[in-house]
Amino acid sequence: MLGRLTAEALKHDWIEYLAGVSMILGGIALVALLTHKKKWGWLWKEWITSVDHKKIGIMYIVVSFIMLVKGLIDAFMMRAQQAFACGDSMGYLGAEHFQQIFTAHGVTMIFFVGMGVMFGVINLILPLQIGARDVAFPFLNNLSFWLFSAGSLYILVSLVIGVFAGTGWTSYPPLASLKYSPGVGVDYWLWSIQISGVGSLLSGVNFFVTILKMRCKGMSLRRMPIFVWATFATVILVIFAFPILTAVVGMLSSDRLFGSHFFTSEAGGNPMMYINLIWAWGHPEVYILILPAFGIFSEVVPVFSQKRLFGYTSMVWAIFAICFLSFIVWLHHFFTMGAGPNVNAFFGIMTMIIAVPTGVKVFNWLFTMVQGRVIFSTPMLWFIGFIVTFTVGGMAGVIMAIPAVDFQLHNSLFLIAHFHTVIIGGVLFGFFAGYSYWFPKFFGFTLDEKLGKYAFWCWFFGFLIAFVPLYILGLMGATRRLDHYAADLGWQPLFVIASLGAVLIAIGVGFQVWQLLASIKNSKHHRDITGDPWNGRTLEWSTTSPPPFYNYAFIPEVHERDAFWAMKQAGIEAETRKYREIHMPKNTAAGFYVGLASFVFGFAIVWYIWWLAALSFIGILVALIARIYQKEVDYHVSAQEVAYIESQSKAKLS
Amino acid sequence: MRRKLLILLVTLLLLAITALAFLYVGTHQVAVLDPKGLIAVKQRKLFITSSLLMLIVVIPVMVMTLLFSWKYSAYNKKAKYSPDWEHSSLAETLWWGVPFLIIIVLAIITWFSSHELNPFKPIENGKKPLTIQAVALQWKWLFIYPEQGIATINFIQFPKEIPINFEISGDAPMNAFWIPQLGGQIYAMPSMRTKLHLIAHEIGEYRGSSSNFSGKGFAGMTFIAKASSEEDFTKWAQKAKTAPALLSMQEFNRLVAPTEYVPVTYYRLADTRLFDQIVAKYDPPKKKP
Repeated sequence: MLGRLTAEALKHDWIEYLAGVSMILGGIALVALLTHKKKWGWLWKEWITSVDHKKIGIMYIVVSFIMLVKGLIDAFMMRAQQAFACGDSMGYLGAEHFQQIFTAHGVTMIFFVGMGVMFGVINLILPLQIGARDVAFPFLNNLSFWLFSAGSLYILVSLVIGVFAGTGWTSYPPLASLKYSPGVGVDYWLWSIQISGVGSLLSGVNFFVTILKMRCKGMSLRRMPIFVWATFATVILVIFAFPILTAVVGMLSSDRLFGSHFFTSEAGGNPMMYINLIWAWGHPEVYILILPAFGIFSEVVPVFSQKRLFGYTSMVWAIFAICFLSFIVWLHHFFTMGAGPNVNAFFGIMTMIIAVPTGVKVFNWLFTMVQGRVIFSTPMLWFIGFIVTFTVGGMAGVIMAIPAVDFQLHNSLFLIAHFHTVIIGGVLFGFFAGYSYWFPKFFGFTLDEKLGKYAFWCWFFGFLIAFVPLYILGLMGATRRLDHYAADLGWQPLFVIASLGAVLIAIGVGFQVWQLLASIKNSKHHRDITGDPWNGRTLEWSTTSPPPFYNYAFIPEVHERDAFWAMKQAGIEAETRKYREIHMPKNTAAGFYVGLASFVFGFAIVWYIWWLAALSFIGILVALIARIYQKEVDYHVSAQEVAYIESQSKAKLS
Repeated sequence: MRRKLLILLVTLLLLAITALAFLYVGTHQVAVLDPKGLIAVKQRKLFITSSLLMLIVVIPVMVMTLLFSWKYSAYNKKAKYSPDWEHSSLAETLWWGVPFLIIIVLAIITWFSSHELNPFKPIENGKKPLTIQAVALQWKWLFIYPEQGIATINFIQFPKEIPINFEISGDAPMNAFWIPQLGGQIYAMPSMRTKLHLIAHEIGEYRGSSSNFSGKGFAGMTFIAKASSEEDFTKWAQKAKTAPALLSMQEFNRLVAPTEYVPVTYYRLADTRLFDQIVAKYDPPKKKP
């Protein structure tokens, strides 16, 4: 009846119980609060079934924030283990528990924090920046979000029921094969990635079409803000890379479920093929995360330098050079597999070439500051922090791109330090810059500057203290994923210092939470009534904060790059046109149902509960078919209602 | 004024962190930077050369970041302000061009070093090389000396100044074979045969480990690689030959079972072709013609 799901699955050590219990208590508290405040209807109508890109964007970021906290707790547990587990002490975590933690940490941070915040920001900003009222396929957007959430849920569920994978976030076979990992961990990993991966692919298609078809009048490609260009390159990468992930994860699932031999050692299977395929997705994935961050900085730097972006054309070419090159470098993740010197050298050289367009972007940002009037608000601090860390991380990357050097650094903590430098310094700092920059647009008040700056300094120095020791440890021969090491190696002091860095980062996160709460409390004093708190340059600042659900009462018309800046230069005239009715998509629950059924489907397969898998699969089909036959998927907002909403926001302005 | 103090303070802190890092590296034993064999020496040289080449771009970026933050801060009303300045062909040519030139130099270095330090390439110094076959198991290293007819677990000894031909395979999840002080790593995969050629110039005991995560007991997959004089090596091999335990394919199949933190063990070899049998273990049965 329940497949391999028995009471045994609930047995854990006390740390996992603690995590599980606190998670369940948190859930109960949330349910109680919603019931007490009678907010269930509101949650359902305004959020869960919403197809509004702004609400979906906010939901992405809320989920990502929960996952970020979870991923950070994982990181602190790893740091604590490695600080103590030296010599006679085996640390406080068992090896297998430690291995689950680093696997969950990687999966969480890449798929459910990195991807989540980037899709969140793209959702929030992109339609506004191109002067659109929503994305091309609003229902699909809602569905993507629920598939993403379903994927993230497995990581949390595995804390209570069963275990998570202990194979590392890329789950290489043969380790991930049934032979070496017979438990449910790898299956949780597979379904978490499979379901959220489908969501990502659908999002990619959605934004690709949105950018090509939904731009407002006058917004030619060469007038698009760089963030839109960066997103365009990103979704091209998503469309090409994610099908590879889906296929490779599907094949590994087939090996585990049906006994096929794609990646086994026996019967002619080839694990090396898996490693090639996962990185053929995995390397573009890195750029899927970083390109939107580049886009964010390209918006932040000109605004806070009060000057045009330097080298627009160079920026666009650089983005596409990176986009193209990112597909022909995957082998640098395994120079040590023993491909011949010609193959290794080719992939090494292609990897280094990426440093050129990336460097060009850095110089263009820096020269945007030159002869500007730079205001060091929080987003700008994140930018400076990004330049310092990302440049160091990039340098380490080029060094490792030389195969003969990589033989000495691969899989060492030097590598770990490298990719954390570029991912934290690039993706996360980029998101934080965007967060403080765009927050007022969606909530109508700015974030507290002082607390934001404290958070930045804690993150920045915390990051350096946590990761500089890892570079050194890597050179000392410390490999990644060690739950224990010998005492005579002299590694312990560095691991302890790294832990202190992690503590400083935790304080930074504390400041961020405090900043949010304090800003909400004092929101009256930080209210953004103009819709344009930073003297912005792009269209999103031309509408109110928060924007009406239809974004623009009149679709803007663009004549130049930096469209809103140009409008302001020309002088904005009072609106005299008559409001017209607006065509908008209707909310739908289909996305939520498909997401829910997909989650149950994956869960049932993880535990071999075949009847439930069949039932939930039928559920997915029914929800999709019902949606296809739904006739009324859109409606018109009457001109009177638009006029009313607009007059309300005008009343606020005066 | 406060702003300038802040920039100064941040610069000093960054320099202090850099200085401390270098101080630590300079005063502690750092395996990759303390090579004891030809391959590792060349790899260290490449590491340093490429780092210095990259600094040609990195240092100006750092200096420019701090300098521009200082000079073009909105508080400095004396600085020139040109809000529409967005292009300079000279400047953009420069920063597409200079990094490209550096990458060309690095690419040339990469091409030649990839061939020179190809792990499959034997080291030739006129002396007869020693073959050691390494097999990664759950979670220990089995080393086979076919010429000496012995096998060991988690320990190897070899004479200095003699090229060593490592042949590497596994009967476990994927691992990687790495002795940082002698030179870079290569994967150890079941049914596959990779090669690594190393040499030691100094007598000493060097730490080796698996550098690719392979499951529960992975952290315990360390071994000692001992470089000794030729005499000592011969004596050691003769002594090992008197070990009571015999390693055959049957015994090997017993060894494959997972064990952790395995102490050094010696075997006599039942068959010098054992390694080939291990590599062929999972091959599909040959079709009869």
